[in-house]
Amino acid sequence: MAIADVKEYTHLTAEEVEQLGAELDALRAEIEESRNSKDADYIYKMIRLQRGLATAARITLGVSAYHRRTRVPGAVVGGAMLGVAKILENMEIGHNVMHGQWDWMNDPEVHSSNWEWDTAQPAEQWKHSHNYVHHQFTNVLGYDNDIGYGILRMAREQKWHPVNLGQPLYNAALATLFQWGVALHDLDLEAIRKGEKDPKVMKKQLKQIWQKGRRQAVKDYVVYPALSGPHFMTTVYANAAANVTRNLWSYVIIFCGHFPDGAMHFTEEQIEDETRPEWYLRQMLGSANFEGSEMLHVLSGNLGYQVEHHLFPDLPSNRYGEISVRVRQLCEKYKLPYTTGPLHRQYGQALRTIIKLSLPNRFTSGDREDVMEGQMEVARGRKSAEQLGSRRPETGKYAAAAS
Amino acid sequence: MSVKDRLSWDGVRRAGAQLTTPLLPDDYLALVNPLWTTRELRGVIEKVVPETEDTATVVIRPGWGWRYTHQPGQYIGIGLQVGGRFHWRSYSVSTPPRRRGRTLAITVRAMPEGFLSQHLVNGVEPGTVIRLALPSGDFVLPNPPPARILFLVGGSGVTPVMSMLRTLDRRGTMPDVVMSYSSTTQDRMIFRDELAELAGRHDSLTVHERYTDDDGMLVLEDHLDELCPDWRERQVWACGPGPMLDAASEFWDEAGLEDRLHLERFSVNFTGEGGEGGTLTFRSSGKSVEIDGATTVLEGGEQAGVGMPYGCRAGICHTCSVTMVEGKVRDLRNGEEFAEPNGSVQTCVTAPVGDCTFDI
Repeated sequence: MAIADVKEYTHLTAEEVEQLGAELDALRAEIEESRNSKDADYIYKMIRLQRGLATAARITLGVSAYHRRTRVPGAVVGGAMLGVAKILENMEIGHNVMHGQWDWMNDPEVHSSNWEWDTAQPAEQWKHSHNYVHHQFTNVLGYDNDIGYGILRMAREQKWHPVNLGQPLYNAALATLFQWGVALHDLDLEAIRKGEKDPKVMKKQLKQIWQKGRRQAVKDYVVYPALSGPHFMTTVYANAAANVTRNLWSYVIIFCGHFPDGAMHFTEEQIEDETRPEWYLRQMLGSANFEGSEMLHVLSGNLGYQVEHHLFPDLPSNRYGEISVRVRQLCEKYKLPYTTGPLHRQYGQALRTIIKLSLPNRFTSGDREDVMEGQMEVARGRKSAEQLGSRRPETGKYAAAAS
Repeated sequence: MSVKDRLSWDGVRRAGAQLTTPLLPDDYLALVNPLWTTRELRGVIEKVVPETEDTATVVIRPGWGWRYTHQPGQYIGIGLQVGGRFHWRSYSVSTPPRRRGRTLAITVRAMPEGFLSQHLVNGVEPGTVIRLALPSGDFVLPNPPPARILFLVGGSGVTPVMSMLRTLDRRGTMPDVVMSYSSTTQDRMIFRDELAELAGRHDSLTVHERYTDDDGMLVLEDHLDELCPDWRERQVWACGPGPMLDAASEFWDEAGLEDRLHLERFSVNFTGEGGEGGTLTFRSSGKSVEIDGATTVLEGGEQAGVGMPYGCRAGICHTCSVTMVEGKVRDLRNGEEFAEPNGSVQTCVTAPVGDCTFDI
């Protein structure tokens, strides 16, 4: 069930919500104030490590291809190294730099306005669909395209259609081709389907995706394999394996962020006149963490601290661990849920939802914690499509219907 | 030869970029040696030579992509990371240009409130890698230099003039030069010995030293006729504190000789004529802020919590430039308006004239 009024749902008074907001603001200011050269060293170290690993992987793949005895082990080791390098690049470096987490360093080379990442989606489009739409409208049904990526039915409120029966299959395809799914994200397939997309914008975006995607594909499937001479295909397989590994990994991490059972959805009533502290509350209730080793957190771009990331998307990722301790204390103090668990359980719950929701609601039971009595989505009545009017793609908001 | 070299190097880079996309080959080469990149120019601080108690000459060895073609009098931008954060400032180059040079130098006075200058004079370790911005500025001598020159210099304003004098000396083309150089005390006068030595070798160079703590300020109306009777016939290059330059500007205006005066300001005097203010929208970060016409776009962006790039904050180094998608801004230094869609705006010296949208 989706939440229409986060304040009522959490049983907090207006003053308590304000107070919580002030405490989170203070936490943010404290972290901002304490950023220092150790943080800068962290991201530079990550960048050096990632580039070094990528170079070593490419050399291993290139050189080993020329000897019969090293070809297969070289492809396996090189492919694995390349996969890890791509994971680091996308998660801990690209995602976080483009969130502006390192803008405070004032380094033009590690700045959200200049960074381009090593995947098919152009940075500019990602910064709109992810940084803006997803992080602003987190888990608000109809606004946040990250709920199912326009492909999967991920909330019981979303209308079932026979096409959803194939959901387990679409899910597998999305996971395997994740970077290409992400590449199409900002296009907003649903808006295109409804004929609401500005054709000029669509043309520009498609051109950007084509240019970026082509460069990425040519690199991995033409240029590097060509360097392996007669063993062109060995390198193609290894590179494809690295790309798929990265795709599967980032898909799993990202699905653990908002789809485990504890993460709530919201209706558009919630974001009407939403205050900053209410926005914080929505981020906390809508996100889910997972637990694990330090290595796991680095490889997941510290998105195991999804709650903290959603509260403070532009604070440096290496600080999320320490922030999480404080956020948990606040959750205890205000009796708020803090969703976390081991990675396999969090993903397992997301997967269960994907499979369940391929069927109509009447065949399945809801796993998400029931929203409190009477204050569910219909507290003030859902608006009809006519009332909502057409969605403005640039904000994700609905324009007021003509009166 | 050098043009051909550069072309083929660019070709290699372009081909290499197929392997490194979305990065450049430079990004990987810089892992081996931080100077091997032309993406953001870099340099290494070779040594820091104390000049006076509070000034030092910082000798920098630039990396790839640097061209030793600056004109004497120009400044460069330098970016230094302190506490994890890059601080950018601009400083005049004090060394003469040398086409086959290996290093160049800036001379910095530690200002009490000057964070970076303090660090450069007192703290920076040789071997530190810094960022560089190519030389710019039009405070330069024409080539060939005019036959008669007057330099009006105050304090650390000597640095660009020193670069000019060293160049004239090295080329053996010292024209008739009168230099009026003010400093609070003798001890604080930068390059005092070298200037005396230069004046000793060139009959055509006269240096008038003035210690303002004892002698008082140079008052152009009272002192200039005595100091340099033929000042009306000279081209003048003046560099120093703002009030001194304002006085010079007024003086030459009144004499109707403003064409002969060339100024270099180290700090910006905003003219006070602002924009009308408006709402700034920052497209990528989805933030916006309403500011008045006396607030710069940079300050507005910082108020809104946008990670704005900036450098000198005085309109010199251009590191603060951001694309303005639409809108109109006014340059606070000269009142000029700029409204080119998708043009690049220097956020540190412009204020909005109505609503503006920026791509950051």
